[in-house]
Amino acid sequence: MPFELFIALRYLKDGRLQTGLILAGIGVGVGVIIFLSALITGLQQSIVERTLGSQPFVVVRPPEEMPRALASDPAALNAVETQRPPQRIRSITGWEQVEALLQKTPGVVAVAPTVSGPAIAVRGEAALAIAIRGLDIEAYSAVIDVRKRLVDGVFNLSGFNAVVGTELARKLGVGVGGRLRIQTGGKPETVYTVAGVFDYRNTDLNERLVFVSLRGAQTLFGLEGGVSSLEIRGTEIFGADALADEIRDRTGLIAESWMARNGDLLVGLRSQSSSSVMIQVFVILAVALGIASVLAVSVVQKAREIGILRATGTRAASVTRIFLLQGAMLGTLGSLLGIAIGTALALLFARLATNPDGSPTFPVALTGWLYARSVGVALTVGLVSAIVPARDAARMDPATVIRNG
Amino acid sequence: MAEAAPLVRTEGLTKTYGDHVTTTVLKGIDLVLEPGELCALTGPSGSGKTTLLNLIGLLDRPTGGRLLIQGLDARTLDDDARTTLRGRTLGFVFQFHHLLPAFSAEENVMIPLFAQHGRPQAWMHERARALLAAVGLAERMGYRATDLSGGEQQRVAIARALVMEPPLVLADEPTGNLDTQTGAQVLELLRSFNRELGTAFVIVTHDEAVAERCDRIVHMVDGRVDSDTRVSERALILEK
Ligand SMILES: Nc1ncnc2c1ncn2[C@@H]1O[C@H](COP(=O)(O)OP(=O)(O)OP(=O)(O)O)[C@@H](O)[C@H]1O
Ligand SMILES: [Mg+2]
Repeated sequence: MPFELFIALRYLKDGRLQTGLILAGIGVGVGVIIFLSALITGLQQSIVERTLGSQPFVVVRPPEEMPRALASDPAALNAVETQRPPQRIRSITGWEQVEALLQKTPGVVAVAPTVSGPAIAVRGEAALAIAIRGLDIEAYSAVIDVRKRLVDGVFNLSGFNAVVGTELARKLGVGVGGRLRIQTGGKPETVYTVAGVFDYRNTDLNERLVFVSLRGAQTLFGLEGGVSSLEIRGTEIFGADALADEIRDRTGLIAESWMARNGDLLVGLRSQSSSSVMIQVFVILAVALGIASVLAVSVVQKAREIGILRATGTRAASVTRIFLLQGAMLGTLGSLLGIAIGTALALLFARLATNPDGSPTFPVALTGWLYARSVGVALTVGLVSAIVPARDAARMDPATVIRNG
Repeated sequence: MAEAAPLVRTEGLTKTYGDHVTTTVLKGIDLVLEPGELCALTGPSGSGKTTLLNLIGLLDRPTGGRLLIQGLDARTLDDDARTTLRGRTLGFVFQFHHLLPAFSAEENVMIPLFAQHGRPQAWMHERARALLAAVGLAERMGYRATDLSGGEQQRVAIARALVMEPPLVLADEPTGNLDTQTGAQVLELLRSFNRELGTAFVIVTHDEAVAERCDRIVHMVDGRVDSDTRVSERALILEK
C-alpha cells in the first residue's frame, strides 16, 4: 500500500465520529441527487413515451396550399371540432417515391403512409365528430405500436372493419361486432363493423380516433391511390427536430417533429430539468463545504502530527496527497452510501405511489449511468474540497508545530 | 568530499524571530560535530537550545550564517531536498508528543522508512521489529502509541529516530519528561546505540547527571556558545 494511502486510511478510521458524520452527510446529499434524478428522469421518460405512444416522431404532409391546414395527425385532433366541414384533403404527390426516399434516410426506422380526415360517426340517434385514420396496420405498427392499446376484440382493419376507442364505444353504445355509420362531406354513409376497441388512456383520443384500412379512408375522402401523410419513427427521440429539418430539405414537403407539435410539453420538461439541476448544484455545494470543513478541522487538529511526519522525512507533496486522498475516499464512500440511500428511497417511492392497476404512478429511472455519474461527481467534489485544507497542511511549518505542540 | 566534511558545521549561525518586534535568539553559533560524537547541549531555559536543534535538524531556516550538513550548504537546498536530507541523515527524539497516536508502536517506527517510498513492506516490518526489540519493546509492537507508558513511548521514539540508521540523532530533552530511573534507562539506550552503531547524538538536557555521561558538553547562554568541553578535558580541569 502506498505510504499516503496508509496514513490517509488510518486517519479516516481513527476519526470515526467525524468520518461517520461527514459520510452520512455526503450519503444523504448524494441520495437526494439520485432519488431526484431517478424520479425526474423516470417521469420525463414516461411522459415522452406516452406522447410518442400515440404520435410519430415526424409527420410528413403536402405543402400548404391554403392558410389553414387540415388536421392530419392526432395532436391536432383537438382542433377537429372547430374545423369547417372537410375541405379537400390532398395527397402527397408521388408519395411512393417519397416513402422510398424516407426509408433510405439515415435516422429513420420506419415509415407508414396514412390517410387522415374528419368524419361523423352515427349510430341510431347519436352522432359524434371523429377523426379517421386510414392505415395499414402492419406498416403502421412499426411506427407506433397501436396494437398494444387494444383492450377488446382484434386489430383487424380489413374490408369494412374499424377499431374505435373506449370512449366512442361507450358514447355510441357499440361493442365488438357492433356497427356504426361513417359520414364524410357530401358522400353516402359507409357502414363499418367494430372489430376492436382500444384505450389510449386519453379521453379525447379514445372518443375521436377511428382506425380503418388505408383503402377505406381513401374511399371516404375521395383520395383513391393517395395518402395525406407519411408517419415516421426515428432512432433518436430527441433527434426528431433535426430529422424533420432534414426531411423538409430533402423533399420540400412539410415535416413536423413531435417536439414541434408539443412545444408546451417540451418547455415543461426543460424547466423541470433545470430546476432539478439547480437543486443538485446546491446539494453538491453543501456536500463540498461539508468535506472541506471536516478536513480543515482535521488539519488543525493534526498540526503536530503533520510536523512529526515532516520531521521524519515526509515530503510536503506527500502531506498534500494524504489529505487529497481523504477527500477522495470520503467522496467515494459517501457516494456509495448515497447510492444505497437514493436507491432505497426511489424504490420505496415507486412502491408507495401506484396506480389502481398496480403500476407505479412515478416511474423511477435508476440507471448505471446515474450511479456512475454520482460516484464521479462525489469523487471530484471530495478532491476539490480537499485542495485548500491539503495545501494548508503541506504549508505547515514543522518547527513551529513541534515546538508549540 | 562528503566523507572528509564533518557531520555538521555551523559558521556564525544566527536566528531572529519576529517581524516588528524582533528577538535575536541565536547570536552567532560556530560549532562542528564529528561522526560518532555523543554531545550534550545544556544551558538555561530560553538560551536557544531548541532553536539551534531545529536549525541543525533542517526544520527551520537560519536568519544568517552558514549551516553545512555533511558538507552540503543548507541554504542551497529546496524544501524537498531538505526533507530528503533530513529523512536520510537525521533522526529526532522530542520531549513531548513524540508519536503518532493513531498508529501502533511498530507503525510509528516504520514511518521514516515508509516516507522514503519504494521499500518492501516485509523489510520495513522486519527493521521496525528489530529496533523495537533493541529498545526492549518486542512485546509491545502492536500497542497503540497512546497505550504505552511515557518511558515506553520515548523508547519507541528512539527506535523511530534510529530506524533509518542516520549518522546523527537530535534529541530535545529526551529524559525531561521521565522519572529519574526511566530517564537513566533511556540515556543508557542512547549510549549503547552510540557505541554500537557509531551514531552521533546531540542531547539537549537540563539534567547535570545526563550531561555528565556524554563525551562532550556544549553549554549555551543567551544565544551564544558559552563553553564547549570534552569529558577528557573536564577530567583534567577537575584534577587541578
Ligand atoms: N517562533 C518564535 N517566535 C519568537 N520567539 C521565539 C520563537 N521560538 C522561540 N522563541 C524564543 O527564543 C528563545 C529561545 O527559545 P528556545 O526554545 O530555543 O529555548 P531553549 O533553550 O530550548 O529553552 P528551554 O530550555 O526552555 O526549552 C526564547 O526566548 C523563546 O521565547
Ligand atoms: Mg527547548
